[in-house]
Amino acid sequence: MTTIRIPTPLRPYTNSQAEVPVTGATVGDALSDLTRQYPNLKQHLYNDGGQLRAFVNIFLNDEDIRHIRGADTPVQERDRLMIVPSIAGGGRLA
Amino acid sequence: MLTIPPNILRSIQSHGEAAYPNEGAGLLLGQAAEGGKNVVDILPLANEWEAGEQYHRYMLTPQDMLRGETEAARRGLDIIGIFHSHPDHPAEPSNMDRDWAWPWFSYVITSVHQAHAVISRSWLLREDRSAFDEEAIQDASPG
Repeated sequence: MTTIRIPTPLRPYTNSQAEVPVTGATVGDALSDLTRQYPNLKQHLYNDGGQLRAFVNIFLNDEDIRHIRGADTPVQERDRLMIVPSIAGGGRLA
Repeated sequence: MLTIPPNILRSIQSHGEAAYPNEGAGLLLGQAAEGGKNVVDILPLANEWEAGEQYHRYMLTPQDMLRGETEAARRGLDIIGIFHSHPDHPAEPSNMDRDWAWPWFSYVITSVHQAHAVISRSWLLREDRSAFDEEAIQDASPG
């Protein structure tokens, strides 16, 4: 079964699970299964338009899915997905 | 409550001073504790935002975070938050800080005026992502 590694800041939403088994033929399906199991994750992974937030990176076996086929990237049994944060921010507007 | 040993807090502030007039940033490594978190060490990182805009923006890449996770795990710690500096600007989160924020992480912001750190404050994102709430910083001085 495919697993998704959950970063520390999201573990409060997965009953402290660091790895969550999921089903699905694509990365998008696997993420949908994850948010079906843990609905409170959704607001932190997706924006109001239903797109993955800019600071949410999904790696499939150590490769960023944005460099493959995005949410349509096929996943196989035993593949390992990782949710990896990027961090940004800043002070003054200009 | 975020507990930070005084030498670590000083290192966070020195990093912000050294980065001035740009923003400096890095990871807080430590452990969750009852009622908060304890900072044990920091991992200072390079600001990966484009060069001309670093005076008011910072970025840490997914590769930075993976490196941080590996380093933390090696020491039996977790990434428990992020520190960054606001050059000539208050130690309060901006809208951009909020838009990009992760839940649970402690966000320590240091206000740096004219290359001197003035104050560091810690912030936690609200559950509904609408705002940050301040988290008290406790000085972990021995005795």
